[in-house]
Amino acid sequence: MAEQNSGRIPTVIADGVDIVYRVNGTGAGRGTATAALHRILRRRQAEKAAGVRRVHAVKNVSFVAYKGEAIGLIGTNGSGKSTLLKAVAGLLPVENGRIYTNGQPSLLGVNAALMNDLTGERNVHLGGLAMGMSREQIRERYQEIVDFSGINDKGDFITLPMRTYSSGMAARLRFSIAAAKDHDVLLIDEALATGDRSFQKRSEQRIRELRQRAGTVFLVSHNNKSIRDTCDRVLWLERGELRMDGPTEEVLKAYEAFTGGSDKKSPPKAKAA
Amino acid sequence: MSQVLDTPPHTPAPADDDLAALAARHGLSVSGARPSLPEYVRQLWARRHFITAFATAKLTAQYSQAKLGQLWQVMTPLLNAAVYYFIFGVLLGTKHGVPDYVPFLVTGVFVWTFTQSSIMAGTRAISGNLGLVRALHFPRAALPISFCLQQLQQLLFSMAALVVILLGFGVPVAPSWVLAVPALVLQFMFNAGVSMVMARWGAKTPDIAQLMPFVLRTWMYVSGVMWSIDKLTAKDHLPHLVTVVLETNPAAVYIDLMRFALIDSFHAAQLPPHVWATALGWALLAGVGGFIYFWKAEETYGRG
Repeated sequence: MAEQNSGRIPTVIADGVDIVYRVNGTGAGRGTATAALHRILRRRQAEKAAGVRRVHAVKNVSFVAYKGEAIGLIGTNGSGKSTLLKAVAGLLPVENGRIYTNGQPSLLGVNAALMNDLTGERNVHLGGLAMGMSREQIRERYQEIVDFSGINDKGDFITLPMRTYSSGMAARLRFSIAAAKDHDVLLIDEALATGDRSFQKRSEQRIRELRQRAGTVFLVSHNNKSIRDTCDRVLWLERGELRMDGPTEEVLKAYEAFTGGSDKKSPPKAKAA
Repeated sequence: MSQVLDTPPHTPAPADDDLAALAARHGLSVSGARPSLPEYVRQLWARRHFITAFATAKLTAQYSQAKLGQLWQVMTPLLNAAVYYFIFGVLLGTKHGVPDYVPFLVTGVFVWTFTQSSIMAGTRAISGNLGLVRALHFPRAALPISFCLQQLQQLLFSMAALVVILLGFGVPVAPSWVLAVPALVLQFMFNAGVSMVMARWGAKTPDIAQLMPFVLRTWMYVSGVMWSIDKLTAKDHLPHLVTVVLETNPAAVYIDLMRFALIDSFHAAQLPPHVWATALGWALLAGVGGFIYFWKAEETYGRG
C-alpha cells in the first residue's frame, strides 16, 4: 500500500483513531444532587454505572493525506467531522490510535480568543497573537484584515466594541482575522458560510489562495457545492465511522443518495457507549 | 458494527504498522504530543505577547459595560478595604496595639487579594476556557500565567490607591518603598506556580473551583491579613510548631514584606526570621515546581 504511494509526501496520517468524550452530570439521566452523590459513592464501579456518559464520537478512523490534496469531510450532523478535525489539529486527545502530522496543522478560526467587550481593532491584535503571529506581522496585515472584513464600509465600526456588531459583521471580522495567517496544514470548519453573498465570494477566493500556499487542506462543510468546487478527495464519516474515502464525485454521489433517501431515518447523534 | 448498510467500494485502510512506518519514514510527528521541557519554555516565550495582550484584554473587558468604567479598578479594592476596616477595625477592635492600622490592613487586603484571585483564576484557567483550548494551539501554561498577570495589573491599580491612603494617613515616602518591587516579583512567581498546579487539578476535576473559596478564606484568616501575627507569636504561649507554620506561611511572608517595605512603623523586628530567603524559597518551589507539574499533563488539557 505504502509502496504505491512512495512518490507522494504524506502530511497527515490517522492510524486507527478513536475519540471519546466523557460527560459528567448525566447520571441516571438527571443532574440531581442524589444522582451526583450516587456517582461519587460508586466511583470505583464502571464509568457508565457511575453516571459518566461516554460519547464515542470517532471510531477507528484511518487515512493518509498527501501534500497538495484538498480533502472534504462530509457526513450528517453529529457524525464526528469537527471532532476529527480538532484531533488532527492536536487540540483533542485521542483515546486510541495515533495521528501523525507534518508541521503544525491549524484550525481556521479564532472565535474563542476574541472578546465581545473589546473593540474590533483590539480583537484583530488579540486574535493574531492567539494564532501565533508576531506583532510585526499583525501590524503589517492590520489594514488588509480590516479592508477584507469590510467592517469599515459603513462607517468607523472597527473602533467600537464587538458586541455592537451585527452577527454577520462579527462573523466577517472573525473570518478575516483567521484567514490572515498562512498554514502548513489548514483545517476549515464550515467557514465558507459566513456573511452576505459578496463576502462569501471574497472568502472563497481567499480560501483558494490559502490552499495554494498550504500543503494540505481539510474542509468540513454541508454545502456539497463548495466541496465540489474546492476538494479533489472526500472522506465520508457516519456515526463516527469512516464510511467512504475516495474521489469527490464518487463519494458525493453515494452521500447524496444516502441523505436524499433516508433523511428521516437518520440515526441519533450521540450514543452512550 | 451495528449498521446494516452496504459498504461502498473504497480502498481499505492499510494495516496499523504500515501507517506507523509510513509516518516514521517521512518524519511525521505525533499530533498533540507533549513537547520537551526546553521546547515548551521556548514556545511559551514565543507567545509572551499573547500572554500580556490576553491579560490586558481581560482586565479591560471586565468593566467595559459599567458606567464608571475603569474607575472600578481602583474603587473595588478600596471598597473591600473599607468593609474589612469596618468589621475588624471598628466592630471587633482588632486594631488595638497595631500602629497605623488602616495602612496595615489595606496593604494586607490588597496583597492577599492578589494571591487569592490569582489562585481562583488559575483554578478555572483551563476548565473555564475549553473553547480556547480546543480551538487554538499554544502552550497551555499561557492561560494560568496570563490570568496571574491580569491580577498583577489589577494589584498595580490597587497599589496606586494604596499610595494615596498611605500618604493620607501620614506614612512618609521612604527609600524602603523600592523593596515592594522584589516582593511583588517573588509573590507573582509564587502565585503563578500555585495557579498552574490548581489549573491542572481544575482541568481534571472542575468541582475544585466550588471548594476553593472556602480553602482560600481559611487561608486568609490564618495569614494575618487583618491582625498582626507578630503580636500573637510574641506572647510565647503558642507551641513552637504553630509559630513556625504561621511565620513560614507564604501568604503571610509576602504580606509582611510589603508592609515592611511601605509602612515606616512596621519594623524589621516584626518580620519572621530569614524572611527574604523564605520568600525566595516559596517563589522558586511553587514557580518551578508548578510549571513542571502543569507541563506534565500538557497533552491532556481539553478533553471533554
